Amino acid sequence: MIRVTNLTKSYGPVRAVDNISFEVERGGVVGFLGPNGAGKTTTIRVLTCFQPATSGTASIGGFDVFTHSIEVRRIVGYLPENTPLYPEMRVAEYLHFRGKLRGLSYAQRVEAVKRVADRCWLGEFINRPIGHLSKGMRQRVGLADAIMHDPDVLILDEPTIGLDPTQIRETRNLIQELGARHTILLSSHILHEVEQICQRAIIIAAGRVVASGSPQELRERFSAQARVIAEMRGPKDDVEKSVRALDGVSAVEAVARDGWVRLAVDPKPERDVREDIFRLTTDKGWSLREIRREGATLEDFFIKVTAQQAVGEVSPP
Amino acid sequence: MRKVATIAQRELGAYFLSPIAYAVHAMFLFTAGLAFALGTFKAGGEASLRSLFEFWIVLILVFVLPMLTMRLMSEELRSGTIETLLTAPITEVEIIVGKFCGAFAFYVIMLVALLFFPILLSNYGDVDPWLLVCNYIGLLLLGALYVSVGLFFSTLTKHQVIAVLFSFGLLALMTFAFHALSTRIENWPKLRTVMQQLSIQSHFHDFVRGMLDLNHLMFFLTTTGFFLFVAVKLLEARRWR
Repeated sequence: MIRVTNLTKSYGPVRAVDNISFEVERGGVVGFLGPNGAGKTTTIRVLTCFQPATSGTASIGGFDVFTHSIEVRRIVGYLPENTPLYPEMRVAEYLHFRGKLRGLSYAQRVEAVKRVADRCWLGEFINRPIGHLSKGMRQRVGLADAIMHDPDVLILDEPTIGLDPTQIRETRNLIQELGARHTILLSSHILHEVEQICQRAIIIAAGRVVASGSPQELRERFSAQARVIAEMRGPKDDVEKSVRALDGVSAVEAVARDGWVRLAVDPKPERDVREDIFRLTTDKGWSLREIRREGATLEDFFIKVTAQQAVGEVSPP
Repeated sequence: MRKVATIAQRELGAYFLSPIAYAVHAMFLFTAGLAFALGTFKAGGEASLRSLFEFWIVLILVFVLPMLTMRLMSEELRSGTIETLLTAPITEVEIIVGKFCGAFAFYVIMLVALLFFPILLSNYGDVDPWLLVCNYIGLLLLGALYVSVGLFFSTLTKHQVIAVLFSFGLLALMTFAFHALSTRIENWPKLRTVMQQLSIQSHFHDFVRGMLDLNHLMFFLTTTGFFLFVAVKLLEARRWR
């Protein structure tokens, strides 16, 4: 449904998006993750036909965003970052205006406004001027505008930013519901949100895709590289040397306190050394009082992988 | 066409919801009224709106219309609503023509109030109705041109102040400067002709005198079309950057 091939976008000398490629199949809910300045909004702006690519191609529903711009804009519902709206218009008025721009007839518009007012909880302020709305309300109006014409594809740029926790949860539920019938590309830097809603996540940093896969897959990949924390009773130097000597261990940090040695072990890629450490303690007769793998959340993976990108190493996707 | 009407309707509505439009309209009526009261409406004067239309109204419009048009596109550029506008299935031509029509409609409403003057005059003297019609046609064409220039500069920048200053500058140049300069240049006849042709005042002059000349009509229509065309191109250029 959404296909991006070798997309590059430069603003003068600055390369905001550097040769990225990815696909979103029909009906998928894909999260576009990345730190600020990674190129998420830029990529989205190219996809929604707001800006042209410097090189590469992008297409939605088979229509190229550059040559068939109007067709793309017809099938896409877009919620930009910072939800720009006209402060002097009332909500219903604004929705009717947007509906007219999309070619909906009067009857269609009336029905659509009622539908989205319901789904986005606009009921109480439907006749209030937009300038008088809170940020969360404005966000809901923007989302209502995006789904009004029942588009095939929804592109949402940071849809829950600035909302309070209740609204965030409701918006996420709404996005999940919408995901059943629309293809959604959602950009965010709130990781557990992407974990909850998205079937797949694409992590972008410094203009490049650094990882892509389901949240589960990405977490597993990180877990395999996660540090192991262990605490055992034994002579510090001996403990440190023996653990370092283990096959599968790449680095060890040891701190001795009150007779116990606390270890932070970096395993080699894709190796789980916990069992080896346990066996070591039983062989040597050292008491073991803690062994665990450090946080296996998408957030840790994200931080690690984007830090690597910043330093210059690129993880295989 | 429907989308042009949608945009025009929104812009016109936005004018009525904005205090600036009311202030500008009020100022227009006040200065026009002042010119009328002090210049035309005096004992023994000619029962004609000629001096009013020929000079004063044009001068006032050179100031007033840029103030009305400055927000047309600049505000969208500044607030970011340009993004939702350009990502909707609407062409740049529809956007520009729609905004032009909305602003022009507001101008027409302003002109309607001016009708008060000839009505008042007709109590005291004979007012030629066809002359009036001719004058109004001239005013409509003049206003269309001024609005298109204002819209062009508004599309150029997100700073309303720059838009208004440059619109005012170009309009003042085309309306007054060219005409004045052309009378002073005798050594370069070609340049003189160019200036005369580009001078708005020389084209508008005949409408005030009661002449509907195709030459002048074409000048206003094509120049208005030119500025609208360039505004469309400016907007399209955003898709290429």
